[in-house]
Amino acid sequence: MIVPFLYALRRRKLPVGAQEAVNLARALSLGLHESSLEGFYEVARALLVHSEQHLDDFDIAFAEHFRGVTFDAVKITEEIRGWLEEVQKLRELTEEEKASIEALDLDELQRLFEQRLKEQTSRHDGGNRWIGTGGTSPFGRGGYHPTGMRVGPAGGGGGGAVKSADARRYKGYRTDVVLDLRQIEVALRRLRAFTREGYPDELDIEGTIDATAKNAGELDVVVRPQRRPDTRVLLIMDVGGSMEPYADAVSQVFSAAKRATHWKELRTFYFHNCVYGRVYRTDHFADPIGVHELLRVTSPKYKLIFLGDALMAPYELLATSADQPGNPPTSGLHWLSVLREHFPHSVWLNPEAPRGWSGNTIEAVRSVFPMFHLTVDGLTEAVQELTRRR
Amino acid sequence: MTTEFRRFRGTPGYLTSDALESAVNCALALEKPLLVKGEPGTGKTLLAEAISAAFEAPLITWHVKSTTRAQDGLYVYDTVARLYDSRFGDGDVRDIRRYIKFGPVGEAFRADRRVVLLIDEVDKADLEFPNDLLHELDRMRFRVGETGDDVVARQRPIVIITSNNEKDLPDAFLRRCVFHFIDFPDQELMRRIVAVHHPGLDAALLEQCLSVFYEVRGMQRMRKRPSTSELVDWIAVLQRAGITSVRLDRELPFLGALLKKEQDLAAFADQLSGGRKFRS
Repeated sequence: MIVPFLYALRRRKLPVGAQEAVNLARALSLGLHESSLEGFYEVARALLVHSEQHLDDFDIAFAEHFRGVTFDAVKITEEIRGWLEEVQKLRELTEEEKASIEALDLDELQRLFEQRLKEQTSRHDGGNRWIGTGGTSPFGRGGYHPTGMRVGPAGGGGGGAVKSADARRYKGYRTDVVLDLRQIEVALRRLRAFTREGYPDELDIEGTIDATAKNAGELDVVVRPQRRPDTRVLLIMDVGGSMEPYADAVSQVFSAAKRATHWKELRTFYFHNCVYGRVYRTDHFADPIGVHELLRVTSPKYKLIFLGDALMAPYELLATSADQPGNPPTSGLHWLSVLREHFPHSVWLNPEAPRGWSGNTIEAVRSVFPMFHLTVDGLTEAVQELTRRR
Repeated sequence: MTTEFRRFRGTPGYLTSDALESAVNCALALEKPLLVKGEPGTGKTLLAEAISAAFEAPLITWHVKSTTRAQDGLYVYDTVARLYDSRFGDGDVRDIRRYIKFGPVGEAFRADRRVVLLIDEVDKADLEFPNDLLHELDRMRFRVGETGDDVVARQRPIVIITSNNEKDLPDAFLRRCVFHFIDFPDQELMRRIVAVHHPGLDAALLEQCLSVFYEVRGMQRMRKRPSTSELVDWIAVLQRAGITSVRLDRELPFLGALLKKEQDLAAFADQLSGGRKFRS
């Protein structure tokens, strides 16, 4: 009854793992659910859900799973007793065993759990008992349960818990994000550097010891300014046209960049397909700034991040045109080279998969900028490239 | 199975729902931190005070700011004081322990009795802040590097953590917490909440206030919807001013107690004038 419910939650992409299962077992063994389905609903929700965006999925899964179930207090108690034996084992572990559990790294744990999960499904489908993997795991994962009972006969009205789960009050908190914003934030975090500028209000212990020693032991307190972020970032994004399918991913990176508090400055500009002499301050191409003007106001210390698919008709990249009457005609590729030469720390993030990066304009752009795939991994590599010393 | 711990059932001054009680009791029984989220003004911080009152355990509050580091919560080594003491010969500077100042987490661990530790607005701090605290909150111990002393919690404190959702919290952190999302109270619960704060309130006025309040909350284009604390304040002002009836119109008395943003006041006026001025 309960273990299949955990799998139902996993199918709905709730991050429910061994830790949650053990917590739930402990809570139920302590009688926190007060032998009612309503109580079980509240307890399970508190322990299995970690964020309000999952509350809706939890409610759906709960309503599906427990609909038409009358709560049989006696049988559920027996079931919990089965769980309890596992928990008891957990408590009887020696210190060494506990240490070895703690030494398991998370990935290994995850892998083990996935493996168990597969086994569980097949046995469940094959037989009439929904058991775990024999209880060798110290976590009591799966809750070994040889009698394999079903709790409560089908039929009968649903309880109040199912009713409140049915109400789906948390629909508004779903996000269903494709790229994890937090992962992007963490990747961008590495892009930082600090400097000491401004009012000296922090004690420099090393300096104080030095100065005091030189001062023949008379105390000479040395203060210095605090460490502050000194990274300046220039983000130039391709919008419209072939970039439309990637709008979500782009806006994720954009909001992660906007929210980054570890940068001294972030400037964002937009272009369409390729840069010709100017970029724009808004995404509907108003308020342009010339590339030469941009280079005048941004020092080479800025880290330049291009975000675009670099896909365009070849003439857009290679044909020459004058950006202003009177200036010598230049190609889009030339403008990209100008930017690349000015900013030694620059990368191009491309949402197109790398297998499509040859035989088109992407190849030409790649010859100018180091290019990375717009994934969390690619982003991490790009940040490494940006922070490399030159 | 019998239960040996005392359950939390709310206090006369703090009304709870079944879900909230259940979450608090899970956290107590499993000895895990309780992470509370919800709209501003739904009583996240008050919950810690209520738990503190219910269990007669002192409350230690740690207000997290954007500059707060995890270390600040454990202890701070006051080097400057020690340097000056050595300079002027005050006290025994050989004893480093005199210059270790414990933070809220340190104090909670060192307390003689069980305390409630409130880590308020954990999302205000740096992205990595919650991760830096994981180990200490899990093991309920930390080491003072300067002296080599281990600080171990004598009585495991009840840890309440609140978040306003400004930043996503790390998964490893979430997994260790019991989670509760405080719903916005429905009219029935709100009626009881207001009764707790304003016991002698005229029933007719209460009904009018509630209907106006939910009407305003439901309005389009509100940036900051009024919440429980605004309603309680608003009713307090109305009572002081001796107002006995309110109805929803442009001259709503003390509107400023409900709406805090200029744009919201404009949106309010717009919608009451029949939306004629409404432009997208």
